[in-house]
Amino acid sequence: MRPRVLILHAPGTNRAVAAARACALAGGAPEVVSVEALLRGTREVREFQMMVLPGGFTYGDDLGAGRLWGEALRAGLGGELAGFVAAERPILGICNGFQALMAAGLLPGDGEAAGLAANASGRFECRWVELEPEPGSRSIFLRGLSGPIGCPVAHGEGRLVASSSAVAGWSSRGQIALRYRVPAGAKNVYPHNPNGSIENIAALTDDTGLVMGLMPHPEDAVTPAQRPAARRRAAGRLGLALFEQAMAWARRRV
Amino acid sequence: MRPPRRVEVHTLDTDPRLRPLNDALQAAAIPCAVDARVDLYDLDGDLTPHDLRALADLLASPPLQRAVIDEAPDASAPLPPHALEIAPRPGVTDRPAASLLRAAARLLHRPLRAVARSRRLLLRGDPDAFPQAAAHLHHPLIARAALGAALPSALVLPPPPPAPLAQRIPLRDLDDDALRDLGAARRLALDDAELRAAQRHFRDLGRDPTDLELEMIAQTWSEHCVHKTFKAEINYKKLSNYGEITHQERIDGLLATFIQAATAAAAKPWLRSAFEDNAGRVALCPGWEIAAKVETHNRPSALEPFGGAHTGIGGVVRDILGVSALPIANLDALCFGPLDLPADDLPPGALHPRRVRQGVLAGIADYGNTLGVPTVAGAILYDPGYVANPLVFCGCLGVLPEGAHPRRPQPGDWIVALGAATGRDGLRGATFSSLELGEDAARHSGGAVQIGDPLEERLVIDAVLAARDAGLYTAITDCGAGGFSSAIGELAAGLGAEIELDAAPLKYAGLAPWEIWLSESQERMVLAVPPDAWDALEDVAARCGTQAVRLGRLCDHGRLILRSQGQRVGDLALDFLHHGLPRRRLEATWRPPTPTPLTPPPEPAWADDLLRLLASPDGASREGVLRRFDHEVQGGTLGRPLVGAASAGPGDGVVLLPLPLQDLPDAPGVAVGLGLNPRYGALDPWRMALAAVDEAARNVVATGADPDHLSLLDNFCWGNPTLPDRLGALVECARGCRDGALAYQAPFISGKDSLNNEHLTAQGERRAIPGTVLITAVAAHPHPARAVEAAFQADGGRIYLLGETFDELGGAAWAHLHGQGRAGEAPLLRPGALRAARALHQAMRAGLVQACHDCAEGGAAVALAELCLSGDRGAHVRLDLAYAAPDLPPHALLFSESLSRYLIEVAPDDAPAFEALLCGLPLACIGEVGGRSLRIDLRDATALDLDVDSLRDAFQRGPDGPCEVQVNNQPGSFQYES
Repeated sequence: MRPRVLILHAPGTNRAVAAARACALAGGAPEVVSVEALLRGTREVREFQMMVLPGGFTYGDDLGAGRLWGEALRAGLGGELAGFVAAERPILGICNGFQALMAAGLLPGDGEAAGLAANASGRFECRWVELEPEPGSRSIFLRGLSGPIGCPVAHGEGRLVASSSAVAGWSSRGQIALRYRVPAGAKNVYPHNPNGSIENIAALTDDTGLVMGLMPHPEDAVTPAQRPAARRRAAGRLGLALFEQAMAWARRRV
Repeated sequence: MRPPRRVEVHTLDTDPRLRPLNDALQAAAIPCAVDARVDLYDLDGDLTPHDLRALADLLASPPLQRAVIDEAPDASAPLPPHALEIAPRPGVTDRPAASLLRAAARLLHRPLRAVARSRRLLLRGDPDAFPQAAAHLHHPLIARAALGAALPSALVLPPPPPAPLAQRIPLRDLDDDALRDLGAARRLALDDAELRAAQRHFRDLGRDPTDLELEMIAQTWSEHCVHKTFKAEINYKKLSNYGEITHQERIDGLLATFIQAATAAAAKPWLRSAFEDNAGRVALCPGWEIAAKVETHNRPSALEPFGGAHTGIGGVVRDILGVSALPIANLDALCFGPLDLPADDLPPGALHPRRVRQGVLAGIADYGNTLGVPTVAGAILYDPGYVANPLVFCGCLGVLPEGAHPRRPQPGDWIVALGAATGRDGLRGATFSSLELGEDAARHSGGAVQIGDPLEERLVIDAVLAARDAGLYTAITDCGAGGFSSAIGELAAGLGAEIELDAAPLKYAGLAPWEIWLSESQERMVLAVPPDAWDALEDVAARCGTQAVRLGRLCDHGRLILRSQGQRVGDLALDFLHHGLPRRRLEATWRPPTPTPLTPPPEPAWADDLLRLLASPDGASREGVLRRFDHEVQGGTLGRPLVGAASAGPGDGVVLLPLPLQDLPDAPGVAVGLGLNPRYGALDPWRMALAAVDEAARNVVATGADPDHLSLLDNFCWGNPTLPDRLGALVECARGCRDGALAYQAPFISGKDSLNNEHLTAQGERRAIPGTVLITAVAAHPHPARAVEAAFQADGGRIYLLGETFDELGGAAWAHLHGQGRAGEAPLLRPGALRAARALHQAMRAGLVQACHDCAEGGAAVALAELCLSGDRGAHVRLDLAYAAPDLPPHALLFSESLSRYLIEVAPDDAPAFEALLCGLPLACIGEVGGRSLRIDLRDATALDLDVDSLRDAFQRGPDGPCEVQVNNQPGSFQYES
């Protein structure tokens, strides 16, 4: 049984097809559905066993990345999304989807003030990164996964900012999911950490482990050919592993 | 009614968005900096305090931002002297304001009346420099600004005057002088013969034209839209360098004689469409086609670099959409003035090259990144010849299912406008781009600036592809130069159309009928939609978040009839519009410069030369630029623009596996490469074109693409073609394009020219850009997952140099380094280029090639250095072993830019098989990969021996090198108010 995956599309989403492909390769049955269809009630989230918020520049990112999409989710679908999580169905927010989950309050979900700000470089950054799953993370997307996990990043606003106490709280509750891998002895965390996120955090999960958001694009690292040539012989997994874990979780609950 | 309210959004902590602004101020040596940015949103509506709070919460997200609610100023009010307020001018697309309007409607369940956005920058530093900083931080064409004072809110500015009606232009009675004056006053960009042809037409009709009709004729007949120079009959004389005529001929159109002739001669069965549609098309594999188009957006980018490049990308993406294809990759090639140009040398009216570069790069990044189309290939060139006339080439590739692009519009079909509303932006762009730039260009062309909205274009892409798949249109074209006038004029050709201009959605009131018709507002497509498909199309547009409206119907009466406010404002015969233009007859003369021999420097310093070439603005790393462009989106960039061990080396071509093909077994990819070397052109424009074709072809062949499935695109940027010397050089260049294409048996599938790239200096002197041709190669790649990279792979690998080296340093990077840019001979394309490419391709198919890099600017020495620094491996070679005449001097062995040459790494075990496949070609094994340094020997002496790290350091030092930023992201590093 292939779990049905809702690929949530909003005006300006530009990575829905790649996200759907990743879910299909991982054994899911993806379908791209517009947020309007959910808001109008012509489609319902409960038809699905998993949800992905893919990347893009929804609503032009005009008032801050993911802000308007997040607001639409909070205002229009807050109850449905809470129910989805309560039914133990995973939600993955990628890049703009992560920004939207933050804006919607689904992440970090602990009332702490945290945000995704302009990259420390002041620029859009497109590069391949390696990610390390955080030991003890609650995220169901990472169960049993060891690093590194390779995939590209491509964003201008991905610098996670938060107070020390917020980070300490996430750490104690297993909410830190992935960190950018910075080689030992590197003089500078940049560009391994491409945006300057606090403590190299690349992904956060909520306290159920079901909702995860990350700035990198695991959906663009689903076949070995997508790795840069020089990294093809290197050890490690691809972004596809995250989708496979989610599909394994969803399959057990179908 | 309450006065408009204002939400101020203050950003706490250091704001990295200020970095580019401060970099620009620093680069311009302006002694102040921007300390903070406050975003200001003015809201007009019946807002309760609770509503305002909700909107403030939407606009400011903790912990980084804090909102302050205030009244919007209705008049200028004093602010501290370091406060600079900047707001878009009325009519300029204000996307954030439009987004807030939509969001507010959702959030408050009732619409706001209007939203306006502006920003306040807080400066620090020398107060005397604040006005200079203010001038640097906004562009007066698109923004208004106030220093030390609040700008009155846009919401309280007086409304625009009501829309004027169409005017009659008394054309019939004008004498030649008055006709010329009218042409100049309306900036019609028509010559005397063309103005007289228009006059004759209306005399025959027995009436005067409306302003709309005259403007439409000027647009349809503009160089930009109809390419009259490339279709002109040319009397061509070739002179010796003493001035005697050595050859004379009548050329029956450059396009037909040189470009289309090459396409016909190639006779490729996979060619689908060339020179007849919005973009060229070729078959890639059963069931799928590739579309390609390259445009220029030079004048808009000279005036407003961000907006010009932004809409350049937007426009060429719509060209691809105009052949019903999914855009899969953007390309750009940029020619700027030198970044270290002294401010005093800047011609009046021109922006400094630093400012042009910054704006252009930001524009390309913003548009492509927002669309989700990867920006994968590019070139940047710095030369004093481009200070007043920078060049911005924008290209796009697309993919479509075979047969999915309908071209059968029928009488009775609705003419549908899809996408954005129409404003006054970009008026007369088509005619403007056919005029020269002068000191007052910026003043005259306010309307010529176009403002893009990549979000809207994303929605239009979604809608067009959904409509295509549902078969909802019979023809499609994009609104580019000339707007509706050009798009509908083309769509209705051979049929006829009746248009209600009042049906067009407008950005704001007050547009005259001709302004609606000619506006070049962005993100609009025009479709022919059968009556029974209209409802479905309207629904598709709405579902995708955009809009479709019916402007009129196609007819069969051969006329274009336009109505507005109950009046007939235009009635033109399409046959006259499209065929009434008198053919130009032009004089062209080419006199080659007197040859000057190259004098090698008395004290050779080869290592130093190599490091300087690697660090030169043209030769250095582009990593800092490429990383600002999303080159990974769509997941198909398998041969990347940055290659090698650290993904930091320069690639040759790029290899893409288009998104819809990613799950097909054994699907081929598409490789794209560029060829651009205007420096050869000063010596010999014919050789420049040959070299550009060869370079573009090498760039794709080096990745493993198939040289027998190679298509070319040509883009000429030239001076004033009515001057015989300019046109003579253009004739030579076009001839070179043909000869290069014939040598590769490759068809041209699309092309575009941008002429009159000249400006008048303050002294009234007329200057043309260096005649420039960009060749883009698009080729099928049989194994995209096995794209070959230009980076050494393994110690012990054999290094081969394929191709013969000649003493060809004319226009070469090394000659420029030594101040002898006009000495020596430019490289020549010799027979055998295609044979060598085919043999190399067979070796690649057989898996015998580990790495491959073509020899281009800087010759074999630079190519070897790049292979080393990309692969993070050394090499030891003997360049005297290269296939060359025995007496070839050392500087030629090292730095000659002879064409059709490749450096190839082959594993030792594969060497016999490789050599057997390339038997009979000019091939030499010149050394071996290994160690930590590049050592080049010439006979018994070592010419240079440089550590790989020193090569990389030099390479990364240029203006476009990798971004450097020290990041402190330890706990507690982030400061904000609680």
